[in-house]
Amino acid sequence: MIVSPMVALVGNPNAGKSALFNALTGARQKVGNYPGVTVERKSGRLALPDGRPVELVDLPGTYSLDPASPDEAVTRDVVLGRQDGERRPSALLVVVDATNLDNHLRFVLQLAALGLPMVVALNMIDMAERDGLRIDAAALSRELGVPVIPTVAVRRRGVEELKEALGALVTGAGAPARVDVDSLPDIVTLQRRARAIAVAATVEENAQRRWTHVADAVALHPLFGPLILAALMFVMFQAVFAWSAAPMDLIDSGFQQLQALVTDVLPPGVLRSLLVDGVIHGVGAVIVFLPQILILFFFILLLEASGYMVRAAFLMDRLMARVGLSGRAFIPLLSSFACAIPGIMATRTIDDPKDRLTTILIAPLMTCSARLPVYAVIIGAFIPARSIGPGIGLQGLVLFGLYAVGIVGAMVVALVLRRTVARGANGGFMMEMPKYQMPNWRDIAIGLWQRAWIFLRRAGTLILAATLLLWALLSFPQAPAGVSQSEYSAAGRIADGLEAVVRPIGFNHQIALAIIPAMAAREVAVSSLATVYSIDAKDDETTARSLVGRLQGKWPLPTALAFLMWFVFAPQCLSTLAVIRRETNGWTWPAFTLGYLFVLAYVAAGATYWLATALGL
Amino acid sequence: MRLDQLPLRQAATISAIDWSALRVTEARRLRELGFDEGVRIEALHVGPIGRDPIACRVGRMTIALRRALACAISVEQAGIGQAEAAAGKAAGA
Repeated sequence: MIVSPMVALVGNPNAGKSALFNALTGARQKVGNYPGVTVERKSGRLALPDGRPVELVDLPGTYSLDPASPDEAVTRDVVLGRQDGERRPSALLVVVDATNLDNHLRFVLQLAALGLPMVVALNMIDMAERDGLRIDAAALSRELGVPVIPTVAVRRRGVEELKEALGALVTGAGAPARVDVDSLPDIVTLQRRARAIAVAATVEENAQRRWTHVADAVALHPLFGPLILAALMFVMFQAVFAWSAAPMDLIDSGFQQLQALVTDVLPPGVLRSLLVDGVIHGVGAVIVFLPQILILFFFILLLEASGYMVRAAFLMDRLMARVGLSGRAFIPLLSSFACAIPGIMATRTIDDPKDRLTTILIAPLMTCSARLPVYAVIIGAFIPARSIGPGIGLQGLVLFGLYAVGIVGAMVVALVLRRTVARGANGGFMMEMPKYQMPNWRDIAIGLWQRAWIFLRRAGTLILAATLLLWALLSFPQAPAGVSQSEYSAAGRIADGLEAVVRPIGFNHQIALAIIPAMAAREVAVSSLATVYSIDAKDDETTARSLVGRLQGKWPLPTALAFLMWFVFAPQCLSTLAVIRRETNGWTWPAFTLGYLFVLAYVAAGATYWLATALGL
Repeated sequence: MRLDQLPLRQAATISAIDWSALRVTEARRLRELGFDEGVRIEALHVGPIGRDPIACRVGRMTIALRRALACAISVEQAGIGQAEAAAGKAAGA
């Protein structure tokens, strides 16, 4: 097999690297991991004008070859050809922001000193023109000694020219750098040279009013800024529920039709039970939440792509400082509302190790989208849909309360951690604030598609397997008439042991059964409950009622509330623990997370149960 | 004058940076973001609580940094810089 040459895409953060990557490779992308580190390896295929295929690898953005984080270390190692599991780049494609030349050119100079073949994409040239900047690409090319191609990645301008320039450079496998990285000139020297080159290549510069400044005057206003942020957060969480109702009904009715079809076609028996109770009820109960998860990710991608996310971090910095964190932690924590895994991976941008550790440890407390199915089912079944004020429903209020408990819990935990296991001087806050940008819808669509695919793959593998295993353990051995199947089965007997432990906090046998497989992923609690109650239900009942209907009245209210509180804290997600292990390089912190979250979950659920019982709910 | 004392939207130049007052990682990040003596700087926005952090324009970039860090950066306001420096010298003497 002939391995195609590899071109590494490098550049400063906010240079428009990802947009250029999307423009060059389209949807033909592969997301993987470098061995031993969790840094994502994003690659795509690109055909040169003469038809030769090239693999383009999108490296993490960095300011220099002097890494401050694991992400930046990967960029340096790939460029220098010493990254495990990666071949030497045949050429570098360096992206610079045309409106920010004096800073971005410094990194170009550092890379050029290595003596590797390279092309510079002078990106966002349209923004530079709008800012009243005219840059002479030919002069720049002469100064740097490498080809310089003006591009507008989001409009796909300059893409063909870039491919041509790459075609002329890529001649075969990569050669080692000609210069040792330690003998490169220091940052200040390079920066001064970069500034001189930028000045020389800039033909014209009009002082124009930049609308980012105007927008920031509002978005960062001491009074309006926080109000806008709060309003945005409100709209985001509101939309997750309001917009998702119709598509969720559609998916739900699809699964109901599928179930009716299977019930009609197959005779009663093991196979029908497997398909209906196991696959359709179990996996269907999870897939129905795809619209909510996509809406949440849509907002987060939008906030990131537009440049607003950094403004939110700016506004939140002092508040986060009160619990010993920085504004930087706001971005991973907000992402954790969608899923803790990308959230924890996003902590890599936090320079301070103690800040980063604390953020990783509290990220699982943000209400991730996998909890939504659990909350939605339990609230739907046990909290009356009553209005308690104009526009405020009791169900919505309970849901809001669960989010709030998670956030407050996280802040308290952060405060404690910063004074105990993650003690240290307060890390600083220093961030580049990129220009506002109109998000590119194609890039957002690609991001959403990748998230949807990860979710569906999870539902089809991890969640399906856990559900099927539970179904098998619940279905055998067959109970004699008059005895509950779920209690008589193998799973029922396993759950007996756990039930003794969770009985004091109000949990019953079915809950004990459901929380064991839900260790794999929280959504499994819903599919498990669906399977448990489906197996125990009489056949005529099976087709007619949803899980919400079936649960109604089955548990006392204090039990339902304790169950909700359990899910605010319990570390029921193996993938999160695995990602914490990778990010912290060992078993100490995942074990710590598992321990502290289970203790919190037990205490919180217990307190809720006892309090609710005492209040006579 | 220190950067944290610079009035908003007043053109100024970085006159000195006390690198020794900064942690190694902070100092490197500041250099990477283009902070250097002689570079133009302008404070643009401040955070809602305690006027912290400060967002300032350095070269062509906007950088947010905490007030505590801004204390290590000395600036000279355009135009009145010389007069002030002379006054400072006189007061010191």
